[in-house]
Amino acid sequence: MIKNISNLGDAALYCDFGTEVNKEINSEVIKYFNTIKEKNIEGVNNLTPSYNKLIISFDLRVTKFNEIKDKIEKLNVGETLKKDNKKLEIPVCCHGSFSLDMERLEKKLNLARDQIIENFFNTEFFCYMTGFIAGMPFLGDLDENMRAQRLETPRVKVPRGSVGITEQFANIYTFESPGGWNIIGNTPLRVFDSTKEKDPNLINPGDTVKFKQISLEEYKNYNE
Amino acid sequence: MSKNYFELIRAGVNTTFQDKGRNNLYHIGIPFSGVMDNRNYLLANRLVGNKLELPVIEFAYQGPLLKYSGDKIHIAVTGDVIFKIKKKDYEIEGNCYESYQLEDGDEIDILSTNKSVYGYLAISGEFDLKLQWGSCSINTKANIGSNNGKKLEHLQKINISKINLNQVKKKMNYLNSKVENIRVLKGTNFNYFSEEGKKIFFEKEFTVSKLSDRMGMRLEGNKIENIVNTNIKSEGLLKGVIQVPADGNPIIMLSDHGTIGGYPKIGVVASVDYDRLVQISSGSKIKFKEIELSDAETLFKLYEMETQNLLSQI
Repeated sequence: MIKNISNLGDAALYCDFGTEVNKEINSEVIKYFNTIKEKNIEGVNNLTPSYNKLIISFDLRVTKFNEIKDKIEKLNVGETLKKDNKKLEIPVCCHGSFSLDMERLEKKLNLARDQIIENFFNTEFFCYMTGFIAGMPFLGDLDENMRAQRLETPRVKVPRGSVGITEQFANIYTFESPGGWNIIGNTPLRVFDSTKEKDPNLINPGDTVKFKQISLEEYKNYNE
Repeated sequence: MSKNYFELIRAGVNTTFQDKGRNNLYHIGIPFSGVMDNRNYLLANRLVGNKLELPVIEFAYQGPLLKYSGDKIHIAVTGDVIFKIKKKDYEIEGNCYESYQLEDGDEIDILSTNKSVYGYLAISGEFDLKLQWGSCSINTKANIGSNNGKKLEHLQKINISKINLNQVKKKMNYLNSKVENIRVLKGTNFNYFSEEGKKIFFEKEFTVSKLSDRMGMRLEGNKIENIVNTNIKSEGLLKGVIQVPADGNPIIMLSDHGTIGGYPKIGVVASVDYDRLVQISSGSKIKFKEIELSDAETLFKLYEMETQNLLSQI
């Protein structure tokens, strides 16, 4: 349930579902997201679900905060979460040329490279949200012993396809972008395809993801 | 092969095609994009007799030098822009908010914006563009939009698919209003900041950093102290949101912003001031003034009425 609705500026609602990050709260967010999307509320022009918040943006020429707030409060979300969530396998190569922060992680986590890799590939991830850059999936949760802070100084350029971890989360850089996550490998798979207007994201909120380790040879020969 | 086209003899600093932007894609990480200064965009299209939501060329600081080939066409430039039109034997000093007829071989030389950032060039017709999610708007970060999502380049050709033949010269009187204060609503993490920090935010001047672009405007000069946590769990962002990362220097999200972010939000720029905000050039000063939601709504309504009124005068 939404705990509180406030305004974010003059053209958005900020729906707060709580402070924790877990699948239960996130599923509530996604439920609201799906319901509101289906309702096509007049004036609403964007929805941004995240771990435990949902931001509803609207066109201030058409409507205003109180009107949308009223509609959201009266909304019956019921059992609308009937989306087909996928199980996906994403190939990742952890060759030294890709795993840019492996040494840092070995030190920070006090784990050997092999253990880090084993833990990572044994984890089944849940997609909480996508965004920041187009198609980037925020996946969780890593075990307690795999949780590291982001880099003190973010990289100006993280290579496209980089797979990184920070705190309990993993993600994939769908584009070359600035970023501060600990990079442990790279995927040859295109996780975001802008030529597909209908469904450009390979991974969507609610999906389950497992990573599969591949060799440099396999990476190079990877055909989509 | 299109017989009507421009050739880019000089591309300019950041020259892109833009229109009203894209809706309903934040949840997959695609920002709104679209023109930075909406009013000047609408005026440019109206001055050449176009539908208001057609694509235009947006430029920043130094604009492009374009050579035209083809049938007679009208163009208009909006913003605060210094430009020339070069005919075979003579040159015209261009005025913004006035349309000009171009003939085969003429050149438009957009020298620079004057104490502002963005300007717009519209043609009486349509550029030949491939749209993505219903918009031409180029987002160079994600390579989305027309021109393969890349900014316009030196010697590139811009094809024109359609010209309105019965276009007449149009002109209006308009002066871009001077920026005084940028009005801001308190953000959802306003209380993350110290009393001193809050005071600085609303009372001191900030300087716009050179690192500003279509994604965001970085401010410097006064640091804002965070007393709770310099990170929040990542959540959605919007045009106009002011985040304060650990270094204490505010960043304002602009049209091509990342859709999700993890820095506390101290404020959000009121919609009424968005067009003015984006025109504050790097090195200039900016000062914030707090307003309440109901005032922000009323002021925006008035601004919209003013825009509609200006459009109806053309």
